Amino acid sequence: MSDHKEPVGANPDQDVNANNLPGQRGDAGEVIGTRRGMFGANNGGDTTGYGGLVRTVRLPGASSRPYGGPDGAAGYGVFDEIADELEGALDEQGLLPENAIEKTVVDRRELTFHIAREHLPRVARTLRDDPALRFELCTGVSGVHFPGDKGRELHAVYHLRSITHNRLIRLEVSAPDADPHVPSIVDVYPTNDWHEREVYDFFGLIFDGHPALTRIMMPDDWQGFPQRKDYPLGGIPVEYKGAQIPAPDQRRSYS
Amino acid sequence: MSTSHAHPTSGPAPGAAEPPPSQPRETTEGTVYTVTGGDWDEVAAAAARSDDERIIVNMGPQHPSTHGVLRLILEIDGETVTEARCGIGYLHTGIEKNLEYRTWTQGTTFVTRMDYLTSFYNEAAYCLAVEKLLGIEDHIPDRASVIRVLLMELNRLSSHLVCIATGGMELGATTVMVYGFRDREMILDAYELITGLRMNHAFIRPGGLAQDLPPGAVEQLRELLKKLRKNLPEYDKLATGNPVFKGRTVGIGYLDLAGCMALGVTGPVLRSAGLPHDLRKTQPYCGYENYEFDVPTVDTCDAYGRFLIRVEEMHQSLRIVEQCLDRLEPGPVMVGDKKIAWPAQLALGPDGLGNSLDHIKKIMGTSMEALIHHFKLVTEGFRVPPGQAYAAVESPKGELGVHAVSDGGTRPYRVHFRDPSFTNLQAMAAMCEGGQVADVIVAVASLDPVMGGVDR
Repeated sequence: MSDHKEPVGANPDQDVNANNLPGQRGDAGEVIGTRRGMFGANNGGDTTGYGGLVRTVRLPGASSRPYGGPDGAAGYGVFDEIADELEGALDEQGLLPENAIEKTVVDRRELTFHIAREHLPRVARTLRDDPALRFELCTGVSGVHFPGDKGRELHAVYHLRSITHNRLIRLEVSAPDADPHVPSIVDVYPTNDWHEREVYDFFGLIFDGHPALTRIMMPDDWQGFPQRKDYPLGGIPVEYKGAQIPAPDQRRSYS
Repeated sequence: MSTSHAHPTSGPAPGAAEPPPSQPRETTEGTVYTVTGGDWDEVAAAAARSDDERIIVNMGPQHPSTHGVLRLILEIDGETVTEARCGIGYLHTGIEKNLEYRTWTQGTTFVTRMDYLTSFYNEAAYCLAVEKLLGIEDHIPDRASVIRVLLMELNRLSSHLVCIATGGMELGATTVMVYGFRDREMILDAYELITGLRMNHAFIRPGGLAQDLPPGAVEQLRELLKKLRKNLPEYDKLATGNPVFKGRTVGIGYLDLAGCMALGVTGPVLRSAGLPHDLRKTQPYCGYENYEFDVPTVDTCDAYGRFLIRVEEMHQSLRIVEQCLDRLEPGPVMVGDKKIAWPAQLALGPDGLGNSLDHIKKIMGTSMEALIHHFKLVTEGFRVPPGQAYAAVESPKGELGVHAVSDGGTRPYRVHFRDPSFTNLQAMAAMCEGGQVADVIVAVASLDPVMGGVDR
């Protein structure tokens, strides 16, 4: 986050001096969508007069060295150690680190490696087995759907915990909606069996190599993938004291 | 669930000259056969013709000993379980999806209902994630953190009590069940005193707490501690040395450290394999580094060891609660930032609990800006800077992780709960296969899954 103007983890809404005027916040980072209007009304007409405002929504972008550590201190820290070890270990296996690690993000005192999806199993195995890394415990995978992130709509996010070194890192891989495939890492972390089934169930992300990728929460013959952003929440309007209250996703709202 | 397609005895034996049991139907998931209108006599006759003794039993989803709507699909050979699989999803309520349509604060009302026996942990993990996204972890008032720890540890007691009580009931030890629910009820009374509700509190909020402790709470909690301290040894007396209890639990539900790590199992199950891994010690949150407590372990890897650990953890929780009561200092329970903190604390009025009259007087009588602020914050909510965060707490069942993603809006973009029950339940097959049918119950009980958390 060194190219970002605010200190890591700061809340720009708290500081009147922070660069948080609409349309200006975070010129760096990864664009994942646009927001229109002043107040984020996405149902019904915008009567505020600010309806023409267009802002991009940006997630924190790539960080540059030094990455620091989880204590938030600047300079060479634990995150640099992890990155050095990972890059070294991948190098030893004849895999160019810059091919496998698309970018490294340090945000809110957390370290995220964005991994090219085809290299995910190799990276995961390295993270688990390398004595200097030893991320023994995978806490599963969480899917995120960014319809506005063209070509990288579906993200799979893994959190790995090292009990040996008492560290936590995050891996993120993405796949386009048109080709929703990510290699499975069940043979590295068997715990991901159900987690990958859950992400498949809710996001339609297909984990190649999973032993039995079937739905886990929804009924087997369910159509569609409920946690995607274009899948409606559903619900029925309710009458309350003579007025019709629309379903939660149909109400006028601000986001 | 994959086994449900391949029941060997649910239709006529292959190759028999009988009409096909059903018409295949192509779906996105592959070919699906729906068996309807079959004659039970034919099915039974086909099963009788097959020469092996393999039977597939669906235990649940409606079965008193499967901890809620858990479906266990057991392939049994006589009394031996040769293959075991779980069918889950019967309690899926789409909470994660629903969160995306409410404000960040309203989210606590949803997450508290996930694993309904560990409400405070769900709320705390969620709020820690939101606070991390907001960057206000260091601004949470001490009093709020102490009360969070206090509630979480009481919650550990009540959750373990339910685990031991229902586990005992499943073994036929109804006295353990009655004692467990008796003690849990006293803790729920304390919740009711503090939050107003026995379950589903929505009390821990992003930035702090919904309310301060009511007057007299500390004294009542001390009374409660006294009672619990007297009652807790009863579980030892009832079960620990009991030969019947030991006969049912020793060596049952075996899962060693390698198995735990591979399957991502955490909590008492991992500690029963001898690894003292506890996030309260390794990655302290809410100020856990300031409390004195021990992390009990055993190396038996079985259901009996997990029982011992749970009992000892309850004693340790009592210790922590006591330290919390000693550490309570007067002060605010909500972060100072008025753009995040709820505008007013509730107060008791002539018509019950509601916004305090002073606050109403201020926003309705003297300050238009305060009224606008109140209205905006309550209806629209606060904005959270874009990014993602992961916060984990040590729930009674293991690592409860929250992955929260914000797109800068007033609502969560995505919240994922890594529920320990969900992950631990995967170990069911490893614990049960090769054992007896009756031991499946013990093994599942020692995992302590709560389907509200598994299915979310």
